[in-house]
Amino acid sequence: MVRALSNILWLGVKELQSLRHDTFLLAFVIYSFTFAVYSQATGVQHDLRNAAIAIVDEDRSMLSGQIADAFLPPSFRRPDIIAPPDLAPGMDAARWTFVLDIPPDFERDVRAGRHPVLQLNVDATAMLQAGIGAGYIERIVANEVLTHAGGEAALRNTGEAVALQLRIAFNQAIDSARFSGAMAIVSNVTLLSVLLAGAALIREREHGTIDHLLAMPLTPLQIMVAKLWANGVVILTAVAVSLVVVLRWMVGAPLAGSLGLFLAGTALYLFFATSLGIFLGTVARSMPQLGLLFILTVLPMNMLSGADAPIESMPLPLQYAMQLVPSTHFVAFAQAILFRGAGLSIVWPSFLATAVVGAIFLVLGLWRFRRALEA
Amino acid sequence: MSAAAAPTVEASGLIHRYKATVALDDVSLMLQAGGTLGVIGPDAVGKSTLLGLLAGARSIQAGRVRVLGGDMAEAAHRRAVSPRIAYMPQGLGRNLYADLTVAENIDFFARLFGQARAERRHRIGELLEATGLAPFPDRPAGKLSGGMKQKLGLCCALVHDPDLLILDEPTTGVDPLSRQQFWELIERIRQRRPMMGVIVATAYMEEADRFDRLVAMHAGRVLASGAPSELRARTATATLEEAFVALLPEAARHGARRLEIPPHRTAEAAPAIVAEGLTRRFGSFVAVDHVSFRIARGEIFGFLGSNGCGKTTTMKMLTGLLPPSEGRAWLFGEPAGGGGLETRRRVGYMSQSFSLYAELTVEQNLNLHARLFHLPRASIQPRVQEMVERFGLLAHRDARAAELPLGVRQRLSLAVAVIHAPEMLILDEPTSGVDPLARDAFWELLVDLSRRQGVTIFISTHFMNEAARCDRISLMHAGRVLASGTPQELQAARGAATLGEAFIGHLREAETDAAVVEAPRAATPPGIGTRRPGGAGRAALRRLLAYSWREALELRRDPIRLSVALIGTALLMLVFGFGISTDVNRLTFAALDRDQTTESRAYLRDFSGSAYFGERPPIEDAAAMWRRLQSGEIVVAIEIPPGFGRDLRAGRPTEVAAWVDGALPFRAETATGYVAGLHARFLAERNPGSTQTAAPAVTETRFRYNQAFKSVYAMVPSTIAILLMLIPSILMALGVVREKELGSITNFYVTPVTRLEFLLGKQLPYVVLSMGNFALMFLMALFVFDVPLKGSLAGLTLGALLYVTAATGIGLVMSAFTRTQIAALFGTAIATMMPATQFSGMLQPVASLEGAGRVMGELFPTGHFMKISVGAFTKGLGFADLLPFLLPLAAFIPVLTMASVLLLRKQER
Repeated sequence: MVRALSNILWLGVKELQSLRHDTFLLAFVIYSFTFAVYSQATGVQHDLRNAAIAIVDEDRSMLSGQIADAFLPPSFRRPDIIAPPDLAPGMDAARWTFVLDIPPDFERDVRAGRHPVLQLNVDATAMLQAGIGAGYIERIVANEVLTHAGGEAALRNTGEAVALQLRIAFNQAIDSARFSGAMAIVSNVTLLSVLLAGAALIREREHGTIDHLLAMPLTPLQIMVAKLWANGVVILTAVAVSLVVVLRWMVGAPLAGSLGLFLAGTALYLFFATSLGIFLGTVARSMPQLGLLFILTVLPMNMLSGADAPIESMPLPLQYAMQLVPSTHFVAFAQAILFRGAGLSIVWPSFLATAVVGAIFLVLGLWRFRRALEA
Repeated sequence: MSAAAAPTVEASGLIHRYKATVALDDVSLMLQAGGTLGVIGPDAVGKSTLLGLLAGARSIQAGRVRVLGGDMAEAAHRRAVSPRIAYMPQGLGRNLYADLTVAENIDFFARLFGQARAERRHRIGELLEATGLAPFPDRPAGKLSGGMKQKLGLCCALVHDPDLLILDEPTTGVDPLSRQQFWELIERIRQRRPMMGVIVATAYMEEADRFDRLVAMHAGRVLASGAPSELRARTATATLEEAFVALLPEAARHGARRLEIPPHRTAEAAPAIVAEGLTRRFGSFVAVDHVSFRIARGEIFGFLGSNGCGKTTTMKMLTGLLPPSEGRAWLFGEPAGGGGLETRRRVGYMSQSFSLYAELTVEQNLNLHARLFHLPRASIQPRVQEMVERFGLLAHRDARAAELPLGVRQRLSLAVAVIHAPEMLILDEPTSGVDPLARDAFWELLVDLSRRQGVTIFISTHFMNEAARCDRISLMHAGRVLASGTPQELQAARGAATLGEAFIGHLREAETDAAVVEAPRAATPPGIGTRRPGGAGRAALRRLLAYSWREALELRRDPIRLSVALIGTALLMLVFGFGISTDVNRLTFAALDRDQTTESRAYLRDFSGSAYFGERPPIEDAAAMWRRLQSGEIVVAIEIPPGFGRDLRAGRPTEVAAWVDGALPFRAETATGYVAGLHARFLAERNPGSTQTAAPAVTETRFRYNQAFKSVYAMVPSTIAILLMLIPSILMALGVVREKELGSITNFYVTPVTRLEFLLGKQLPYVVLSMGNFALMFLMALFVFDVPLKGSLAGLTLGALLYVTAATGIGLVMSAFTRTQIAALFGTAIATMMPATQFSGMLQPVASLEGAGRVMGELFPTGHFMKISVGAFTKGLGFADLLPFLLPLAAFIPVLTMASVLLLRKQER
């Protein structure tokens, strides 16, 4: 037992020493947890941000000017004022997601109480913005028109029988940098842990060192566990640094919940992901094959985990199927801990599911590993 | 030019270095037309570099090379003479394509030299006859034996009637009979083409006697040159091997002396290794065929045979790495493989490939193994120290294993193998590629281990003189042991003068037994008229298509790449198309109804009845609400205060609180909108004809292109754009860099192919394949996802063609400057994945991006094609409407092609 542990320790140290000299993989790790996270956190918005809007102002009145001025950053770009014939080509070319058409004599009709109609054209292929943005624009226009028509008093007088107190929990400002950034880290954990472990195995096989190890008094389990811990430590460190330095300090994203709990969960997930990586490493015969297999497994795992689009939007059978994939649980508990401040009493089922699937892949990997040596 | 006067090759003052290593240090040589020149010496780097320079495969750093009457530093001259030079790089079948058949390999080379179909067919037939490969035109090159690979390599080299033949260690690792046949073949070709000059590098000194002149090299310098007899006479030695040692500078020769091997005392009772009928099959291929032997303790037992004859497989079975298909083996009386970890502790194994951790230093490697063998902690340091001293590694202690010269590395391997003082050593070709002196030093260590410490040594080799040093040897060929015994016995039994002759005798016998017809004797050597190709343009096109043809063949025979390309695309399309949806529905909600009146229930009924919401069991208290929001079980919580119904009936203002989980910003925004909408509906229902219609103006929202506002209409066309970027670029990147890694890129260096021909030729099959992917995804969009094509099919198809050309162009750029497949793979993945998925408008319109993301989105082809794809499918754009996006897409192609032409080198450094 002591011997086994000592073997695992020293083989792992060897992994770390090897990785330190693999400039390419190391650069990839650093890139993934710094630049990639930063650019996604700051570049990709999941709320309405910078929406491109144009206004066909056929009225050219004070009111129409007021409406145009009401579209402000950060939700909107400054509106382009365009002529009617530019509308269709501009939308075809996706230059604007929204084009608001203010009809001639709009202001006069409002004053006269003729309830004029404005037309809002929405590019309904811009899925993330179209729905939210249309609502925003309708509210903005309504507000401006009301203010214009009846002044401030009119606004307050719309008092309804039941007021709706809408509160956003956990993220009052609906800031998406935290979401994008944290989800980028989560996706990259999957990406890199599978890759590092798989590549470590293939590298040993391509260099012939795996034969060498197996001819020594070592068991395949020891070799695997050594890879698990060594690669796990590297990724876990990168995750911690990325969360604290990149997300909290550089991006300034507020992170709720216990960092320790999240890292503990990540460690569990790494157990799964590196086991999967080793499993893939035993299936692939060469580095390029590993790379292609990797794309086929990791891409869906990431895309369907709920890190990019909410999991409830997927077809039900797919949702159930994804419950068997730990990346879904990883995303679920990452969101619960980092965004909603959840504790262990809430996230333990996800932890458990991750650990169980991880164990299955460890056994599978071990089985393939032993078998692959005989082929 | 008149061939007689000018020498074929003339090199002077060549200096070549790789970082710190000097490969060539002021080397000069000359070859007359029709002459043969042997470059001998152990160090592979120097010889290969020299030959690469002469062939024009490497760029000259310093010095002058004139070949066939021109300066090889000039690109124009290289291009002009490359059809007259044939170069076979080092390594068995290194310039061949393993997946192509024998005939296809030769055909490809013939196409590179612009030969027409009839001429090619004629030549292939002739060459196959001449080399005895005629019975196997359809066998893949990868499945040939080492000797046959080298003959095929020669066919490929000779297909264009060269005036200069450059062979780099053509017979290393080939069995002695094939070696003999190979040289006979060269001899016959020379008779047919008397003006052809031949330069050969070799590590087998006994082969060097055939050449007119020799250049002996050591450590990048020329030690001596002259006819073989001159060299022997000058050093007063009998063999070239001895002559070579005598020529070495004093310092290098230090400690060189004749190796004395004390006789082995065969007094032991129990044998160390026993093998009985060991057999190993891989599929239908029998790698080891009923091999039996027994090795006494302290004996040095050798396995002699060519590459691929089953030596390694036998050793793997002994070490337990491979279970035998049949037969049994025992180590120290324990069954091999089943003996558990204890037996492994008594064995040291040195596998054929350099099996140390190249990234670790000498000391780290030794330490690691000491620890893995559980040497007592206190003894680790002294033992490592002892090994370092005994194996002469003191000077290299902190050097990384990868940086060591081959000879030193082998010593380190041995040190590692014996650090735990094993009783038995299994060494798989430990000395291949090592110079004679280092080999002698290595053998001294072995002899010491065997005779002084009684270590049993089982060693494999393809060097005859090493085999002669063993106590007993087995001659192996094609998985079978031909003969066993002491070297003297084997020689005597055959009545042969040398062990090599004895082996050849056994081989001939075995080949007639096995009825493998490999009779190269009858045929005429190649060399019909030297027709040169006609129009330059046609020849260029032929070369381009030669690469396309070959790439397509290889692609067709690689199931993994092909299935990723086709099945992978379909799979990912399904996953993405169904999986990524921004339709927010089935939002989970639960109510905390503190009122429990008809009114409160009416309010909640709107939510439970909505398709956007899915109801969960009601919430008991505030703590539960918070917990359930935190766990993500519910997204929306509605809290109705006590007295809600009473107030409502009384017309007093009251309020409802809705909590929306803000963790996912997009979902939160959408949910907020839904909640507000349902709330408004409740109010309107309670109070028909209310103030709602009094709004002074109404905004009428038109969802253009996608009235139902279903995300599938946007996501499916976007997915096509993403997948048509990711998969073609990665496949392409591997396609080129594979050649660099496998070594067949040399063919591009030394043939008249231009960079543009090479790149476009390689790109063409991938463009075709990618268009197949496009067709597949297009049909899936129509029939699986029910996304109709509303716009121009022609525009979309043209867009796809431009786009996959650009996508494969990105792969080409990547593979032009990366050196390994793995770097190309991940370089391409990094370069394409993020811009394609995040910054090309699938989720967020490019127009809304900021900073680096915006720049990436604009300067990357995906965004442009996504507009075409979404435009043609969903926006219903016609060809003319698509033109503005087609043009920028087309602009990527020349830019990317130029970039890869500039980045790709026509010569190795």
